[in-house]
This record gives sequence, C-alpha cells and structure tokens, in this order.
Amino acid sequence: TVMAAPMTNDQSWFYALALGVSFLKCLLINAYHSTDFEVHRNWLALTHSLPVSQWYYEATSEWTLDYPPLFAWFEYGLSHIACFFDKEMLVVPNLNYASPATVLFQRLSVIVADVVFFYAVKECCKCLREDKGKDLLGKPSFILTVLLLWNFGLLIVDHIHFQYNGFLFGVLLLSIARHCQNRHFEGAFLFSVLLNLKHIYLYIAPAYGIYLLRCFCFTQSNADGSLQWRSFSVVRLVILGTIVLSTFAVSFGPFIALGQLPQVLSRLFPFKRGLCHAYWAPNIWALYNIADKAFSILGVKFRLLDINKLPKASMTGGLVQEFQHSVLPSVSPLATLVCTLLSILVNLPNSNIYTIFVILSLLQPALFKIWHRPNGARGFLRCLVICALGSFMFGWHVHEKAIMMAILPLSLLAVDSRKDAGIFLMLSVTSHYSLFPLLFTTQELPIKIFLMLLFTIFSLASLKTLFRKGGALLNPLEVTYLLGLIPLELICEFVYPLTVWQKTFPFLPLMLTSVYCALGVTYAFIRLYISLLTCSDTTKKTKMQ
Amino acid sequence: MENWSLISLCVLLGLTARWAVSFHSYSGAGKPPMFGDYEAQRHWQEVTYNLPVHEWYFNTTNNDLNYWGLDYPPLTAYHSLVCAYVAKLLNPEWVELYASRGYESHSHKLFMRATVLFTDILIYIPAVLLYCFYFCDGSSKQKVATAFCILLYPGLILIDYGHFQYNSVSLGLALWGILGLGLGWDLFGSLAFTLALNYKQMELYHSLPFFCYLLGKCIKQGLTWRGFFHLVKISMTVLVTFALCWMPFLSDPKQPLQVLHRLFPVGRGLFEDKVANTWCSLNVLIKIKTLLSRETQLFALTLLFVLPSSLKLLSKPTLWQFKLALVNTSLAFFLFSFQVHEKSILLVALLVFFVFRSMLPLLLKDGLLLPYVVTSLAFLFLSLYLLSALERSTEEELRLGLYRKLTQRWLPKLNLSRIIKWKFWFSLAAMAALSFTSVWLKPPAKLPDLFPVLVSVLSFLHFLGFIIYFNQVQLMEPQRKKSQKKTN
Repeated sequence: TVMAAPMTNDQSWFYALALGVSFLKCLLINAYHSTDFEVHRNWLALTHSLPVSQWYYEATSEWTLDYPPLFAWFEYGLSHIACFFDKEMLVVPNLNYASPATVLFQRLSVIVADVVFFYAVKECCKCLREDKGKDLLGKPSFILTVLLLWNFGLLIVDHIHFQYNGFLFGVLLLSIARHCQNRHFEGAFLFSVLLNLKHIYLYIAPAYGIYLLRCFCFTQSNADGSLQWRSFSVVRLVILGTIVLSTFAVSFGPFIALGQLPQVLSRLFPFKRGLCHAYWAPNIWALYNIADKAFSILGVKFRLLDINKLPKASMTGGLVQEFQHSVLPSVSPLATLVCTLLSILVNLPNSNIYTIFVILSLLQPALFKIWHRPNGARGFLRCLVICALGSFMFGWHVHEKAIMMAILPLSLLAVDSRKDAGIFLMLSVTSHYSLFPLLFTTQELPIKIFLMLLFTIFSLASLKTLFRKGGALLNPLEVTYLLGLIPLELICEFVYPLTVWQKTFPFLPLMLTSVYCALGVTYAFIRLYISLLTCSDTTKKTKMQ
Repeated sequence: MENWSLISLCVLLGLTARWAVSFHSYSGAGKPPMFGDYEAQRHWQEVTYNLPVHEWYFNTTNNDLNYWGLDYPPLTAYHSLVCAYVAKLLNPEWVELYASRGYESHSHKLFMRATVLFTDILIYIPAVLLYCFYFCDGSSKQKVATAFCILLYPGLILIDYGHFQYNSVSLGLALWGILGLGLGWDLFGSLAFTLALNYKQMELYHSLPFFCYLLGKCIKQGLTWRGFFHLVKISMTVLVTFALCWMPFLSDPKQPLQVLHRLFPVGRGLFEDKVANTWCSLNVLIKIKTLLSRETQLFALTLLFVLPSSLKLLSKPTLWQFKLALVNTSLAFFLFSFQVHEKSILLVALLVFFVFRSMLPLLLKDGLLLPYVVTSLAFLFLSLYLLSALERSTEEELRLGLYRKLTQRWLPKLNLSRIIKWKFWFSLAAMAALSFTSVWLKPPAKLPDLFPVLVSVLSFLHFLGFIIYFNQVQLMEPQRKKSQKKTN
C-alpha cells in the first residue's frame, strides 16, 4: 500500500511532518502580525546598535526589552543575519518599520529557530514506548509528533501573531526529554538556559526543583516508595547547583557587574499591571470578574448598591489596565501569588517540601499517597503540567498564550494514558479556542478556523484510535460543552458583529468567550488535580522511565 | 483513524493552503491603467450588475469592451451577477458603474478571495473527493493520499488564489461531468459538462472526448432503438441546458452572434493558437476515454494523425495570458487522467511540475514568488513521499515496452527505469536552476528575454516528450481489466 512505502524508511514520516508544517509556516509569512513583531524588531535594533550597558535602559520604543539576557543575546545574534536582509530594521528610531525584507527575515527567523523544537520533539518521541507492527497513523510517536509539531496554538501564536515560542518550547521539551533519558545534568542545564531566555518558565521551576531534589539528589527510595534520607547525594546537588548558578552567572553576570541588576529585574517583573489582560485569559479570574459583574448588576437592580458609588469599570480599553471590582474584593498581586503558590505547592508530588506544608497535607490526606510514591518522569511531567496550569488559573496578569505551557507537556502525557488523553482533549480544544481573539482580522478568520478544526479533528480521531479499547474518551457532558464552542464561535464572530450591540458593547463576545472557556479550563484543571490525587494505582505504569 | 477523519483532514489542509496563498498578491495589483485578471472579474460584476442583459456583450456607451469586456460564456456572467449582488450588499462602491474601475482595497480583496473559496468548496472539492473514491484503485488510504495530492496541486491554487481566476468552477463542473459519465449517469454528466462549457469556452477542448464517448456508447447499444433513444435523451439534455443558459440572449439573433464573437475572437487572430493547444490537451484526455470505451480509440487514432502539425503550432507560444489558463485547464486533466495510470506517478509528478514551472514568469510578474516556491516544493515533496513515486517506477509499470524494444536493438544493456529516474532528478535540477536564475540574475543585455525563453523551451521539450509517451501508452497498451469492469 501507499502508506507502507514511507514506513519502510523508518523515520521518514517525521521529516515529512516537519517539512510539511514548515511549508505551511512559509505560506503564512504575509499574514497579519501583531505588535509583537515590532517588539522583536525593536529588540533586534537595540541589541545591534547599543552597547550591552544600554540594553535594559533604552526606551525609545514603548516595547522595551523585558526578556532575560540570554534572549537579548539571541536577538543580538539574529541581528547579524538581519543586516543582510535590510539594514534599516536595525535602526532604533525606525519605529514600526516593516519592509517586506524585514517581514521575511523575522518570519524566517522564527521558522528556522523551530528546528530546535523539531529536534526536541524527536527526542521526546524516543522516550515513548513504541508499539511495533501498528499502522503508522496509530503509533503513539506519530500522534505525539503531530500534536506537537502541528500544534494549533504554536502555529497561530508564532507564525501569525509572531513570537518565538516554538524555539523556547523546543528547549523545554528537550530538557524534559533529557530527564526522561536520565541525563539529568543536561536537562537541568537546558532548563536554566530556558529560564534565562524567558522568565515565564519560572512558573514551572518548582516542578523541576522538587523533581531533581527528590528523584535525583536522593538516589534511592524505600521499598514502599517513600524517601530514604540517607541516600542523599551531596555531590549531585553541588553539581546541579554549579550548573544552574553558572548559567545564571553568564546571563546576569555582566549586568550585576555593571550594577544594573535592579533595573533589569524591574524590566522583567513589572508589577504595575492589572489582574487581567484587556482580554481576560480564561482562568479563575475571568469567572471572578463575571461573578462580580453579575453581582453588581443584580445589586443595582434590587437597589442593594448605589450605582454612583460603584467604581467605574472599564473592560473595553486597550492595552494594560487595572480593573476595579465592584462588589467582590479587589484582588492584589500578593493574593494571586499566594493562590498560585498554594495551588502549585498543594500539588507537588514527590516533594519533601510537604514537610513544610504539613497543614495543607493534613487537609488533603490523599496527598500522602503521592508523597510516598514518586512516580518518575511521568510524575514529574504531571507535576509540571499542574504547575503551569495552576499558575495560569490563578496567576497575576496572565496572558491567554500562557496556556501553551500546559498543553505542550500535556501532549506527552496524552499519548501515554487514556485518562490524560481525555483531559488533554478538553483542555486543548477549550484553550485553543480561547486563543481565537488573538487573531481578530477578517483575513485570518478562515485560516484560524481551518487550522483549529484540523488540529481538533486530528487529536480527537487519533487519540480515539490510540485508546480504542475502553469506551469513549469524553463523556456526553464534555462533548456537549465542546460542541457548544461552535455556536459560540458563530455568535461571536458572525452574528454579533451584525447586530446593533456591536457598537455599544463591543467587548461582549470577548467576555463570553473567555468566561465560556474559563469553565472548560477550570474543569480540566480540576480533573487533572483529581487524577493526580487518585493516580496511585497507575504508578505501575512507569513507562517513561 | 477512520476514513472520514482522514478525508476531512485532507480537505482542511487543502483549504488552509488555499487561504494562505490568498494572503499574497494578485494579478495586476496596483498596476493601472489596465490592472489584471482580478480587475477583469471585478469589472464583470460591475457591468452585469449595472447594465441590462442585452448590453453585456456589446460595445455601448456604458460598456467599453476594450476595458476587460466580457469574453466568457453566459454562465460566467451570471456568476458575476450573483457575486455583484453580494458585493452591493457589503459595499456599493465595489460595483459602482465607472467609479469602481480599478477599485482596490483590503476588504475587497478579501471578498473576491472568499468568492473563489466558496465556489471551490461548493463545486471543485466534492468533485475531486468523489472522483478519487470512485475512480482510483487501491486501498482507502491510497485514495485519500491521491485526493490529498490533487487538492494540493499548486497550479490551480496559485492561479485561482494567487493570480485570481475561477478555474475551479469550470474544472469542477467538467469533473462532475466525468463523474457522471463514469457512474453511468450520462444525462447528469452531459448536463454538468454543458454547464462547464457555458462557464468557460476553454472546456471545448475537452468536449470532443465527451462527445465521442457518449456517441460510442449509443452506437454500442444499437442505433436502431435503445441507443437512438439514449442519444435523443442526451442531446435533449444538452440542448435544453444550452437554451436555458442562453435564454436572455435568444430574443434577438444579433445577441447570440455577438456573444459568440466575443467568445471566439477570430478577428484577433487568437483562434489558431487556441486550436493548437486543443489538440494537445485532447490527446491526453482521449486516453481516459479509451479506457472507458473501445469505440473511441478510432477517434484517438484519427486525432493522432493531426498530432505533428499541432505540435508544431505549440512551439510558437503567444499570448501568455491566455495560454496560462489553458495550460492550467489541461493540466488538471493531466493530473486526473494520470490517476487512471496510478502506477506512472513518477511521470505525473514531473509533468505537473513542469507545466507548473512554465507559469513562473507570470507568477513573478504578479509578485507571487514566495507562494510559488513554497507550494511547488511542498507538492513535489508530497507527491514523491505520499505516492512514493520513485520506488514504483519499474519498467513495466511505466509501460516502456516499446522503448525497450527500440533501445535493445542499439543498447542492449540499458536500464531504462534507472535512466528515467536520473532524468527526473536532472530535470528537477534544471528547473530549480532556471527558477533561481530568472529570479536573481539579470539576463544579458543582448537577450533580455533569455530566461523566459529558456523556461518555455525546456517546458516545451518536456511536453513534447510526454505527448509522445502518452500516445505510445495509449496505443500500445492492452485494455485494463479493472477499469473496464467499472464502466460496464
């Protein structure tokens, strides 16, 4: 048969998928790009034309450098190729410069940098248990490759919206793969490099810390899986510490030497932003906001509240702004930090930090199980996903793109167990849909729908084939919820713009989208959380070790 | 995975590629005073919307035929009219008489692209899917792979979504015609093909095989009673369809004559050129029919005798614009007809690629270099990978028996299939080199047209080779049992 021919050459399908998606990315070069395009052009310009000491002070453009130093060096490297395309893009005062050569170069840089991602995906596939003799389309490694390489979120965020997530996730996945292959030093090194490329990955740093401490620095466990205190290896800890610290030293060292550390940090962690982005990410706070809104409307209606005393809530505005809650208490950054920490720490399996959080553990006796049963690389992955999702759910000023940090690692789990596959489907479909408002131009409307359908149909069909035995992956309620996205899309993007409310309440579709998606994401989070608490039976499946 | 999900994935990928190509430039973008095909289509909307039917094809005070006058059959005009109504709803400026000439805006481009996508989804894509599922041999996955390659065929995508035309309508209708004939619904087939003919007169090139096949079938049934009745039914269908399409023009005998004059501008000296290409595309198409019915082989033979002169005419390419659409039409049929010979896919990939290459100068002019490179590479890669062409190109499968006999006399130790493979890569390399030079190098001052001429010479050589090859295949080959079974 036709399909058999490619299979004779064992890995050729991987290159076919990688090349195919690269072709698609090339076709998208002329598509809409967001202000992030200008952000990165500005960084190219300022790293190219200014001395290092100026990088974190330069403020000609409003899009100042707010990524860690290694990413600045990455841009610096790119700028030396950029000058062969168009020198004008490297001039700092050339704001919003976007000549065809500039667009071509920037787009190509994203596409080429994705090679790192391809390599990482290939390495991740090696960690999977391979079912021999199966049809190509039913192979876990094939499915995983498509789920990662053709990921809808990555395609639209990187290759239409414009960012370098593919490259960054490449480093992350490669580090995960190295841990699965028991090459922990490399994994730790890669992750610390990643932290110095983009600090948003700090959210999942606890998972790494605990995992390395529990499963790597403690060389042995008791027969029942609990911690063996005497097996602690100081050497390993010291080497790990050296690796991480030296990476940070290389990255931040020059700025510390220049005495610019406070300035750099203030750029990296701007605390002046509001709880939610202009478009609410579909997390707990979207539900909180809508509850607040509902209470205030009801309150005014039943004369429990005085409309003049309510703070003027504006959700329609542009960039970054603060949102005052009317009825429910306003949420401070500290509160979300606590929430985030709680949600992460409560969920850390394999961790000895639990000794510090005894009270929490007492609240949830189920956690003891996990505490006693380190689950290897699988447990680590699960913990990582929970960290990413927890921080997304409760984080301060979370952007909807941050959800990809949970989806991509979850893909690895999805091809491995049917329970995770169900969660993956719920989470990926919902949160991918929540990315739709990123592309608001009419021109990109068909392409985002086509790509979304493409990815959703593939993930549904392939995971269904993979876990053929044992009934449906999604229960009727979940199916209904997911199908509800179709009328939601029709209303938000086709019907609503034709109505008279479009002018008076232009934000309503966005609000509807984020609240609807928040329900799904919250549900997936709860399911993942529960599956974590009850996963003791699945510990035998330590495939990823 | 189930078939339905595979099919929907293929279709979605095809749609994605189509829409992604449509982000790029179109013919004549920002090039007054005449602009390009895009403006022609928009102008037809303007004319059909604002003028009464009897003025459409006439040079009047309101209708300047020298500025993209309607020169397609009535169905195209009606299609333009329907589009114009939608355009009027969205933005009246788009179809305003006179004032809208050369109208260009981002939202208008979107609208025009959307109309192409709409017709494509409505007519062409379902026809391709049905075609692959009824007329391609092999497992269901093989069928899906074939459909995938046809859907991603870059020539059509680039012309329709880059350059801007509605080829998917006429091609799709003609394909529905083939489907109808293949399934034995002769009336439906002839209806669909008549519609195709009334959409684009270019489909005339394909009409002879249709005619031959249907006539042959009637003769086989016996012209005295059953066959005759069948013939009457078919001709009635064709006539009624024609009459319906031409109804508004039948009131006055001047009208249809003027329309015909517009469709076939003999006065402008185009006719010969068109005919030249007719024979070429016919020759290839006939092959399908011979597989379908034995009777038509006689016709094919007669056509073959005309071949040398038509080849000679082919070598003088004029009026690039016209030829492009033409090449494209016959090309899609090339592709379909190849599916009948699915074993000779190596040649498909090469041929398709070559015809496609010959469009390079035009696409360069339209500023479509990037999608051109990407889609052609993607297609080449896909067809080689999915259909694993190179692995299948053994001698018998390529039907090289005749050449084998010929060469064995002179060079007994020659391995033909290896030569073909080398030739394939050599051709590809030559094409890549030519593309590269025509994009990045300046031609010498003495020969400004050097690269376009080289491209067309090289393409022509390949066309020539393919025509000889297909004639040989057609003539030498014994009837294939499977396809016979299907048609009976």
